[in-house]
Amino acid sequence: MNGPTEMPIATNGDVVLVRQKVRGLAAEIGLSLVDQTKIVTAASELARNALVHAGGGRVHIEVLHGARRPGLRLVFSDEGPGIPDLEQALTEGWSTGGGLGLGLSGSRRLVDEFDLVSAPGEGTRVTVTKWAR
Amino acid sequence: MERVPILKLGDILIVSIQIDLDDQSVLALQEDLADRVVSSGARGVIIDITAVEIVDSFIGRMLSTIAAMTRMLDAETVVVGMRPAVAITLVELGLSLGGVRTALNLEKGVAALEHVRGTAG
Ligand SMILES: Nc1ncnc2c1ncn2[C@@H]1O[C@H](COP(=O)(O)OP(=O)(O)OP(=O)(O)O)[C@@H](O)[C@H]1O
Ligand SMILES: [Mg+2]
Repeated sequence: MNGPTEMPIATNGDVVLVRQKVRGLAAEIGLSLVDQTKIVTAASELARNALVHAGGGRVHIEVLHGARRPGLRLVFSDEGPGIPDLEQALTEGWSTGGGLGLGLSGSRRLVDEFDLVSAPGEGTRVTVTKWAR
Repeated sequence: MERVPILKLGDILIVSIQIDLDDQSVLALQEDLADRVVSSGARGVIIDITAVEIVDSFIGRMLSTIAAMTRMLDAETVVVGMRPAVAITLVELGLSLGGVRTALNLEKGVAALEHVRGTAG
C-alpha cells in the first residue's frame, strides 16, 4: 500500500501536490501535528529549490519501517547546475536568487536526518528523514 | 491559478486563505491586495491563516511584503489565526516575521484595527 512513490517537480502546481502527498503520509505513519508541519514545510522548501534553482526535478518518497518506529524519507533530486560550495549554501541567509536563503538551512533544522550531495554540473540531491516519536 | 477573494468590511479588507496556494497564486494575491487597498482607501487589512497548514519561506515572505506594502499605502495589516504548529515550525525555519503584526483570531484582529476604523476620509 505504502510503497515508494516518485513525483515530478516541474511546475508550481507540482510543489503543491508534493506538499499534500507528504502531509498525507506523515499523518498516516503517526507523526505528531508539529512534526507533520515540519516535514511538509521542509518538503515545500526543497521542492521549490529544485524548481527554481534547477529548472525542475523529482522527489522519491518512502515510508521507512524502523525497528521501533516508522519514518518518512524524501529524496529530492535534479540535474540542474549543482551547488559549488555546500557550506555556503547551507548558511542561513545565503542566496543566489534574491531569496531569504532559509530553504536549505531551515529544512536541515526541521528534520531528523539531512544529507546534501551536489557538485557543479552534477545536479543536486537532498535526502531528509523524519521519524515518528 | 487560484484567486483568493478579498472582502471589505467598512475600512478593513479581509482575506481568508482557505486553500493550499501555489507560488503564482501567492504573488497574485499580493498584487490584488495592493490594488484593493488603493482603490478602496482601506486603512486596515486582515489576513486570516486559520486554515493554512504550513507557512514556508515563500508564504512568510508574502506576509512580510504585504505588511510593508500596506504600511506604505497608509494601511495596517494584521495576520490572524496562526496555528501553534505553524508558529513552532516558522521559528525553527528561521523566519521571525519581524514587522508583521499578529492576533490570535479574527475577532482580536478586528479589535487591533479599531483605531483605524472609521477614520478614512
Ligand atoms: N536544487 C538546487 N540546485 C542548485 N542550486 C541550489 C539548489 N538548492 C539550493 N541551491 C543554492 O543554494 C542557495 C541557498 O538555498 P536556500 O533554499 O537556502 O535559499 P534560496 O532558495 O535562495 O531562498 P529561500 O529558499 O529562502 O527563498 C540558493 O540560492 C542556490 O544558489
Ligand atoms: Mg530555497
